[in-house]
Amino acid sequence: MNQKTSILNLTEDEWVNPGNRACAGCGLGIVYRTALKALGKNTILVVPPSCLTVLQGLYPIAATKLPCLNVVFASTGAAATGVRAAMRARKKDGVNVVAFAGDGGTGDIGIQALSGACERGDDILYICYDNEAYMNTGVQRSGTTPQGVVTTTTPIHGKSQVKKDIPAIVAAHHIPYLATASAAYPLDLYDKVKKAITKKGPKYIHVHTPCPSGWGFEPSQTVKIGKLAVKTGLFALYEMEDGDFKLTGPSLSALSKPRTPVKSYFDAQQRFASLDEEAIAQLQHQVDQTWAGYMG
Amino acid sequence: MTTHNNIRFIQGNEACVEGAIYAGINFFAGYPITPSTEIAEHLASRLPQQGGKFIQMEDEIASMGAIIGASLTGNKVMTATSGPGFSLKQEALGYACMAEIPCVIANVQRGGPSTGNPTHVSQGDINQARWGTHGDHAIIAMTASSHQDVFNITVDAFNMAETYRTPVIILLDEVIGHMREKLVIPDPGVIPVVKRLQTSVPKDVDYHPYLPREDGRLPMSDFGGEHRYNVTGLFHDMWGFPSNDPKIVRGLLRHLVDKIENNVSDITRYKEYWLDNAEYVLVSYGAAARSSIHLARNRQARGVKLGVLELQTIWPFPAELVREKCAGAKAVMVVEMNMGQLVAQVKSAVDTPDKVFLCNRIDGELISPTDIKTALRMIQGKGV
Repeated sequence: MNQKTSILNLTEDEWVNPGNRACAGCGLGIVYRTALKALGKNTILVVPPSCLTVLQGLYPIAATKLPCLNVVFASTGAAATGVRAAMRARKKDGVNVVAFAGDGGTGDIGIQALSGACERGDDILYICYDNEAYMNTGVQRSGTTPQGVVTTTTPIHGKSQVKKDIPAIVAAHHIPYLATASAAYPLDLYDKVKKAITKKGPKYIHVHTPCPSGWGFEPSQTVKIGKLAVKTGLFALYEMEDGDFKLTGPSLSALSKPRTPVKSYFDAQQRFASLDEEAIAQLQHQVDQTWAGYMG
Repeated sequence: MTTHNNIRFIQGNEACVEGAIYAGINFFAGYPITPSTEIAEHLASRLPQQGGKFIQMEDEIASMGAIIGASLTGNKVMTATSGPGFSLKQEALGYACMAEIPCVIANVQRGGPSTGNPTHVSQGDINQARWGTHGDHAIIAMTASSHQDVFNITVDAFNMAETYRTPVIILLDEVIGHMREKLVIPDPGVIPVVKRLQTSVPKDVDYHPYLPREDGRLPMSDFGGEHRYNVTGLFHDMWGFPSNDPKIVRGLLRHLVDKIENNVSDITRYKEYWLDNAEYVLVSYGAAARSSIHLARNRQARGVKLGVLELQTIWPFPAELVREKCAGAKAVMVVEMNMGQLVAQVKSAVDTPDKVFLCNRIDGELISPTDIKTALRMIQGKGV
């Protein structure tokens, strides 16, 4: 899978029906549509309660054309394990078993089941769309909410803790393939999903997914905000194949040119309104240190 | 005195928050879940203003764990959830029963089982509140149908948690939780607030955390403070150390059940409407009671002797009260939004179970006065 997909040779197959119930400008709409294009017909989805179950809709406005197992919140990884075991028992090869969960369902309440599946070496792909808070219940902070973000449960000074690095936790399970991606770079996501399903064992893709209603920006700006997160270096796009780390796409090219200051990303969203100049300078320093590590 | 400063027009979930603050809550741990999230959201901004602590936890049982720890160290604590989250809390809820740790759990009910009907009303967790956690135990569960009563029973819940050293469950429902209504917040002191009963045993003197006083209450000592003691979910002796001595096991289990079941009359809260000489009695609670009261008022105006017994204490079930209030009725109808979880209790409480009927609605919509009227006409033999 070295050949990069372009808009010209992207498959025209669609596995998400038009007219779903997501909010206007929802980044998950892009992520879901793109990932399913890469996965194709022979796929079983495992989805816990999340914004994705809202996007999938109520009958007859059902968005997904693939078989989907909606499971309870804490069980996504375990349920995917069960589906894979059933496929094996029925000798059905070539079926992608794909867990698709939000950041809370992956890194907070769901991390035990995810860790269990990774440690067992189960042959599943786990995609986490990270919109950095509990959006389905109305914007409460989650483990992956960045520092300083105002949510309904961090209403005064914003969240004081740093964003939980879920990909790093998953990487500690030494799985064959791990990647980060962004809703703003769908073709990069497409290629990563394609590559992931060629590997045996647990695969994990963490997708940064802007949320206009939760982050406080215009629905037309989803892609712009997603790109800013990458260009400022706040969210790095990378792959780890059998433990080998490498930056990819726009993050790789960002190594050789100056990054956009993080302030422009914060200023574009209402959720960062409580950050003062000192806090912004500190966050800039953190990003600079992380990238010094990438360059070293 | 009522002034404009203590009148609110708010959701039932906020009324619960106001009651908790009145009762002296200083620690809340929770996890987002519809339709209870507003309780957490409001406490997230209110508690820090009062010097209290709000923590959003990583899941439901973690929230229970956090409030158990915080309560032991001397705080008044609460968590809030809905059906699926209530299921996830159950193991720790049983622990709080066993270790006798005061705490309040608000469950704003939605349709179930499982993810169910998250944004619609149900009263399907009545039995889960009673028997959700395993093993024999007693529990206190309360509910209300108006915001003023939500406020009052929330204060009661905190008071009873302290008095009986037990978890107390507040069973709201989606309609009460999200409906907006007037609330008048009483001045401090109008409703009594029970303080944590602290031990009088001085420092360095042998303290028995699980040795009841003559009145049955167990004085507490803030964990990590002046006294060292053990807390466990295993059966334990008066020092809190694990034991499987049959006498101790039997004695503790009896104590856990008796401390609540023997005080049913003190724990019972209810309201009654037009019960004197009522020919027909509606037994109801929560949002369903609003429709019951509406219908009864309407029928009274037409000379029909229809009364309502609104239960606010669900567990321990006030069987004696129900028997007494329903004794003179031709027929009793239990109005609830589930498959008949409380009707079984009412049937076993009254002298003639055959006269007890169920009027329910289970489709996620609020049961209406018309629904109840239709069922009543069938019982009366008037057709529909």
